[in-house]
Amino acid sequence: MSSEVLLEGKNLVKHFPHGTKGLMSKPDGLVQAVDGVNIVLRKGQTLGIVGESGCGKSTLARVLARLIEPTSGSIFLEGQDITHVGGKDLQLLRRDIQMIFQDPFSSLNPRHSVGEIIASPLRIQKIVPKGGEKPRVQELMDLVGLNPEHYNRYPHEFSGGQRQRIGIARALALNPKVIVADEPVSALDVSIQAQILNLLEQLQHDLGLSYVFIAHDLSVVRHIADEVAVMYLGKIVELAQPTGLYSSPAHPYSKALLSAVPLAEPRSTHMRGRIVLEGDVPSPINPPIGCRFAARCWKAQDICRAQEPPLGPAKSLLKSEDSLVACHFPENSN
Amino acid sequence: MESTPLLSVNNLCVEFSTPDGIVHAVNDVSFSIEAGKTLGIVGESGSGKSVTASSILKLNSGVTASTSGSILFKGDNILGADDKKIRQLRGSEIAMIFQDPLSALNPYYTVGHQIIEAYKVHHRGVKKPEARKVALEMLRRVGIPNPEARIDEFPHQFSGGMRQRIVIATALINSPKLLIADEPTTALDVTVQAQILDLMKDIQKENGMAIILITHDLGVVAETCDDVAVMYGGRIVEKTSVNELFTTPTHPYSFGLLGAVRSLDKSARGSLRTIAGAPPSLLHLPSGCSFMPRCVFANDGHSKCSSIVPELELVPSTHSLSACHLRKDALQKLTTKDLL
Repeated sequence: MSSEVLLEGKNLVKHFPHGTKGLMSKPDGLVQAVDGVNIVLRKGQTLGIVGESGCGKSTLARVLARLIEPTSGSIFLEGQDITHVGGKDLQLLRRDIQMIFQDPFSSLNPRHSVGEIIASPLRIQKIVPKGGEKPRVQELMDLVGLNPEHYNRYPHEFSGGQRQRIGIARALALNPKVIVADEPVSALDVSIQAQILNLLEQLQHDLGLSYVFIAHDLSVVRHIADEVAVMYLGKIVELAQPTGLYSSPAHPYSKALLSAVPLAEPRSTHMRGRIVLEGDVPSPINPPIGCRFAARCWKAQDICRAQEPPLGPAKSLLKSEDSLVACHFPENSN
Repeated sequence: MESTPLLSVNNLCVEFSTPDGIVHAVNDVSFSIEAGKTLGIVGESGSGKSVTASSILKLNSGVTASTSGSILFKGDNILGADDKKIRQLRGSEIAMIFQDPLSALNPYYTVGHQIIEAYKVHHRGVKKPEARKVALEMLRRVGIPNPEARIDEFPHQFSGGMRQRIVIATALINSPKLLIADEPTTALDVTVQAQILDLMKDIQKENGMAIILITHDLGVVAETCDDVAVMYGGRIVEKTSVNELFTTPTHPYSFGLLGAVRSLDKSARGSLRTIAGAPPSLLHLPSGCSFMPRCVFANDGHSKCSSIVPELELVPSTHSLSACHLRKDALQKLTTKDLL
């Protein structure tokens, strides 16, 4: 299980200034999008990150891919500190970390042909593949299940699922070590989602890729991830292997999130207790002191509102030892 | 005990003329719904489910659309009704809520203004303070905390889930008999989705309205609907009760769809079940069954599939209507065990 560490984030923090009134004025507050996250991606594995909108999962993905620079904390790729690299070094880093985006319609330039889109990482990096650019692009198209003859077509001629394949081929062009996928199947129909997930798994198997996989759909993450981080308001509240997380979630928020997913089963066969959370996710501008989930938690006591629970080992016997939870009163713990 | 349905749609066809040709969005669709019931319409993008729903309120009449068939609401054909009649129905007898709660609300007006406007359109002569009282009561009912203060706020001051509650409040202010909900929870998080679905069910229990719920999420269907119509390529391919859809699907497409969802729910890793290929273009529908090119059962020797459009027929020993030439052979091969 413990293969070598590929990408590691230590104490990552990303705050955005909020409410600046003029160019020179000081901001009113800080949006604490990511607030002290430790995360490890191992070689050849998939790290899933789930949570509701506004929990900071996309910001975390962008920080890990170094599309934005963290406010504090550090990121290591194969032991090398990449937290503040810039200029040429940052451009070289892009060869190792690539991204797949959520919306296959807005993430492809409508004026570029598919061939140009997939070749653009090669052109930017001034790499001339052996045998030329076109054969390499066509090889990539073949790899992701597109017809290489469609090299000169434009994005509007493709369906949503095919466009997402174009985005995947583009991410693969530089032979990256890590692919950060931000909700890559959320915009697709169910039958097409399964096709793309199968493709991503096949590519991981064939090319030895490692994924950071962001999603709000728990069943998608369960299927593809080796480890799942549940985020709430900029913090990781639970980190576990999917089998343990889905059968016995330790954090009350994970439990509520799982119970909210509607199952495609006739009502008579599942009489499970659904936990409907009250209210919304609090604002990340002034997050509550103490546990950030306390205001919506049914188990919250005084200590929860006063003291923030650290992310520590879950005590449950059902779990493997490397699962972590941040809760004063975790589930299944007596 | 046959009661007359609240709404019945018969042989509805909707076509749009575009520069590329005629888009056959809805082809010969019929269904009906009774008061107090929830009908789910499921299908992938481009299956015609939203166009079907918006035709009920004549929202896509325009210059480019041509509609035929009949839509009977309480016995009156509303498809042929004039604009004045339709305007009386819209928002009072039949209300609709849309997928994106942000674009359904006007950012320039307070939410109170928008709810009161919907009320006053159908209650001429009502004084503003009175209408405001009704709006406040409605906001309380849909679970907006502190409605006295929030009624004067603007849409951007609310979260996504709260906005959808406001859209629901606006839709229900005139106590409609029928609510059409077009993907009401697709843009929301799962925890908020659970809140909104519960709210819709509670209100239905109180006032006995009928709901047409359009969704692509079979999980949402399982939790909220009584009956389901599965749409594919602008046609209804299966019409059945919720329990039967999930235990004994009778159309290969429903079967494939369920398989794709279930394997995502159940299996840990390994290959997911998919439906190969992509949905057909509504510009060039296949001449026979529109699902034929993707159907795993139709590959050999069924010339009927590629030439004749199958009709909805009652499947023996079920209550399901299914549009498939191969149903008997297909049914023998389909068991719930195969779904797992």
